[in-house]
Amino acid sequence: MAYSKKVVDKFENTLENPQAFNVGRFDPKEENVGTGMVGAPACGDVMKLQIKCEPKGNTHIIKDVKFKTYGCGSAIASSSELVEMLIGKTLEEAKEIKNKEIVDALELPPIKIHCSVLAEDSIKQAIEDYESKQ
Amino acid sequence: MSTQSTIYLDYASTTPVDPRVASKMMQYLTPDGEFGNPASRSHRYGWKADDAVEEARSHVANLVNCDPREIVWTSGATEADNLAIKGVARFYKSKGNHIITSKIEHKAVLDPCRQLEREGFEVTYLDPNEGGIITAEAIKNAMQENTILVSVMHINNELGTLNNLEEIGKITREAGAFFHVDAAQSTGKVDIDLSKLPVDLMSFSAHKTYGPKGIGALFVRRKPRVRIEALIHGGGHERGMRSGTLPTHQIVGMGEAFKIAKEEMESDHLKIKAYHEQFLKEAMKIEHAYINGDLNNKVPNILNISFNFVEGESLIMGLKDIAVSSGSACTSASLEPSYVLRALGRKDELAHSSIRFSFGRFTSDEDIENTLSILNKVVDRLRELSPLWEMHLDGIDLDTVKWNTH
Repeated sequence: MAYSKKVVDKFENTLENPQAFNVGRFDPKEENVGTGMVGAPACGDVMKLQIKCEPKGNTHIIKDVKFKTYGCGSAIASSSELVEMLIGKTLEEAKEIKNKEIVDALELPPIKIHCSVLAEDSIKQAIEDYESKQ
Repeated sequence: MSTQSTIYLDYASTTPVDPRVASKMMQYLTPDGEFGNPASRSHRYGWKADDAVEEARSHVANLVNCDPREIVWTSGATEADNLAIKGVARFYKSKGNHIITSKIEHKAVLDPCRQLEREGFEVTYLDPNEGGIITAEAIKNAMQENTILVSVMHINNELGTLNNLEEIGKITREAGAFFHVDAAQSTGKVDIDLSKLPVDLMSFSAHKTYGPKGIGALFVRRKPRVRIEALIHGGGHERGMRSGTLPTHQIVGMGEAFKIAKEEMESDHLKIKAYHEQFLKEAMKIEHAYINGDLNNKVPNILNISFNFVEGESLIMGLKDIAVSSGSACTSASLEPSYVLRALGRKDELAHSSIRFSFGRFTSDEDIENTLSILNKVVDRLRELSPLWEMHLDGIDLDTVKWNTH
């Protein structure tokens, strides 16, 4: 398998210590929670990302994130990597995150780039959901 | 990390060479060994090498109860499959151009069939039943006037399911078509008696039976005679069916491995059957674990299990200290689940979450115990990570969810 050490470490650390790596769930009905879920079981990956935000000035800031991912090792590593990038960012900053940043951070092999695309889609959807509630 | 600390449960992929086989092979390489060319008729070196090759041929023939003259050495089961399928089709093309095979064959059978389609042959690819078995009835229904060859595997490499060669062979004999069987997974696992089985061609591999990689054989029946067109020309070795200098040490290795297989088939089988029972019992305690392939019609050395709500490749990564195979080909560019599991009609997500465990001669009690405990832990952890598992626990039927595919 052509995985970098970074993917393997991220995957193994997340698996060993899920709480520390923000695995979990928020109540999706809460007003300050935005949920995004992308992918399909038949395709082999589903990512669920939830952000908990609070207003700050004229924007909102991501205070906490939870995720769950069904998928290959690099899909799990990609979501875990994304979660770390999100905490403390404003929604505007979070929208700017591109899948390429995840690809670079994890040195994803070319056939696994779709995992990072999925991660990017999940944050976009979570923000959309959050904004629709405000 | 050294591979020695990794538990090896991938015997269906390849086996280590039995040390007894390796030490015998080493006697046929060096200047003080019998390194001669078996085709050299003019000196002792050649005669000695030829004796060794013929002795090995007898060991192979002896395991499957055929005449040694019916064994043709090849580079492995892939070449044997190619030689059988293309060889028969091209030789008998004036008699007909239809071939029957199945969707769960190894690529070494499917790809030659695809090639023959490009050459103008017509190929029927049969579906297995939901247990992974190719039934004689399915063969019978697919038979046409112009069918010249049926190629069906004995033991499926992913599932361990066992096809009934006697019943299928009866149909092919009645129809006057040749019957080829890929038996790469069979030697040393189940009894094969070619003096009785209505099989015309059978492929063998050494490296699935504790012999070396790079050597195999094709059984080509003499009575009733089967003729094949050679794929490789250049010297007319192996009665013209497969030219090229015979690799004495490889052949000796295969012979020795098959000799040991005959002697130890029963003890190997008893040991592996006990492991299979233990593994099955414990693994089935994991919720939503499903066996792929008909449990009542399979060999015990292969066990294919799907763990629902967990993706196969991540499971394999989680099982980092255990060498197993995934039915999911997510590691390849295709991102497709196994074509074998798909052919069984398994839902894609179950096909994506399958793992093949295969046991062998050197598997120990500890290997089984440790694997079971690691497996339990990793499936639990991955489910904790799985949004599908969460939805399942919430009582959501995943089939009713509208997914956001990308």
